[in-house]
Amino acid sequence: MPPMSPIISVSDLSKTYASGFQALKSVNLDIRQGEIFALLGPNGAGKTTLISIICGLVTPSTGTVKADGHDIATDYRTARAKIGLVPQELTTDAFETVRATVAFSRGLFGQPKDPALIEQVLKDLSLWDKRDTQIRRLSGGMKRRVMIAKALAHEPRILFLDEPTAGVDVELRQDMWQLVRRLRDSGVTIILTTHYIEEAEEMADRVGVISKGEIILVEEKTELMRKLGRKQLTLILQQPLQALPPSLAAYDLELAADGEELVYTYDTKAERTGITALLQALGEAGIRFNDLQTSQSSLEDIFVSLVKDRR
Amino acid sequence: MSMTGINWHAIGAIYRFEMARTLRTPLQSVVSPVLSTSLYFVVFGAAIGSRMQEIDGVAYGAFIVPGLIMLTLLTQSIANASFAIYFPKFTGTIYEILSAPVAWWEVVLGYVGAAATKSVIIGLIILLTATFFVPLRIEHPLWMLLFLVLTAATFSLFGFIIGIWADGFEKLQVIPLLVVTPLAFLGGSFYSIEMLPSPWQAIALFNPVVYLISGFRWSFFGIADVGVGVSLGMTLVFLAICIAVTGWIFRTGYRLKN
Repeated sequence: MPPMSPIISVSDLSKTYASGFQALKSVNLDIRQGEIFALLGPNGAGKTTLISIICGLVTPSTGTVKADGHDIATDYRTARAKIGLVPQELTTDAFETVRATVAFSRGLFGQPKDPALIEQVLKDLSLWDKRDTQIRRLSGGMKRRVMIAKALAHEPRILFLDEPTAGVDVELRQDMWQLVRRLRDSGVTIILTTHYIEEAEEMADRVGVISKGEIILVEEKTELMRKLGRKQLTLILQQPLQALPPSLAAYDLELAADGEELVYTYDTKAERTGITALLQALGEAGIRFNDLQTSQSSLEDIFVSLVKDRR
Repeated sequence: MSMTGINWHAIGAIYRFEMARTLRTPLQSVVSPVLSTSLYFVVFGAAIGSRMQEIDGVAYGAFIVPGLIMLTLLTQSIANASFAIYFPKFTGTIYEILSAPVAWWEVVLGYVGAAATKSVIIGLIILLTATFFVPLRIEHPLWMLLFLVLTAATFSLFGFIIGIWADGFEKLQVIPLLVVTPLAFLGGSFYSIEMLPSPWQAIALFNPVVYLISGFRWSFFGIADVGVGVSLGMTLVFLAICIAVTGWIFRTGYRLKN
């Protein structure tokens, strides 16, 4: 498959807030047309700042962003008309009806009235029954659907979802994931931020990891999950070992804690983990152990190791 | 987006949204200002007006009508427009305006246009109400409408600026209450500047509201404290200042963007 031209192209983007806090440090990022891209990172990593700059809510300190080839600063009308944003906070009008607020969004983004389209958007989000209800009478989950409906009302080609499932119940989360897939299938590019790795795993085609204002990794989801799928088995030995016997050379083994522990790294997603064979080989080599424990590398560990590798 | 490159749909969407907000609360937005102003006509026009001297050949009850309409126009324009932009800032829904493909003046046109429309409607209702209580004549109806619309637009824009500047409900109120209302009361709503002792006549000319009321009253009775050209000029200067400040706000993102 030939490489597609990026629909969002972020170059050398930095942001230092008036307080002196540097939220983004020279970020470069390309989003491919039609993909679901998950921006993964802990709280305060710069996810929302990055999205806010692309959508026009925050002025960058340096750098440029192009949306579908249009500079977001110099050609903001064309750029912004292609973008829909669902922010993290639940911010809606209170006294407007659902249908009126969604129609308002369509007009605001420069599109002529289209009641049939509004009806379709509301139906897709299970909001049609609530179309004439004042927003303040809706539950939190319903309000979030309204915000998504507002973002979709002008038929954007690019949709930003900032922490779409924060504080959302399981049912709505499933609905939302289905909706995101339907949108992707209809050609919409979706960028979502999350600090839940499961969400990235469930949804994304590619994952970008952001930490302390830097994009430290951009990878196909399958590749990242393979890394995240690594597990370690630690064996606490009865007798410390000075060196590994040659018979165990085939295994990914390391000695730790002055030879008192033996650490085996394996891939949970692989067809065979090799644990059975390893234990058998240990027995044959006469190595005995008192206890064993396993640990999975968490997102946190990945961050730590990625950041450490860069220093 | 239209062929002209102007986002008319956005201007219309904001305008309709704001007008709908007004129509949801007719008592507060229309009936209340009309009633409170009309009470002056009842008291000064019908009740004690007959015992007061005419001013420049105009019955006192009628003399105060233009000033009172201006007073309401100023306070209503500021209140409408400042609240209209302050509230989305307060709730956070401003994100949508900031992320939309709109130019700053399109946003202003939507908000300020709606606030000014509402003020003009209220002004006209008050004018109609006044005719029931006092004998009224309008010598220059087109000038009257011009001053009505220009003042409503200028002070709606001024209110819009206050709404962006305010970072709390108190700040939202402080300028209308502590600056605009005193200036309007002292700007000749109830008297002619000529009736003041001489040093105060000169001081009064520093009050911008004097020019608005004088010009507006001239359009009714053909009498004025300052020339009508000066009144129009001052109104346009204030409008230009407000436009410049609003443009600066959006260019720099003052109180809107980080």
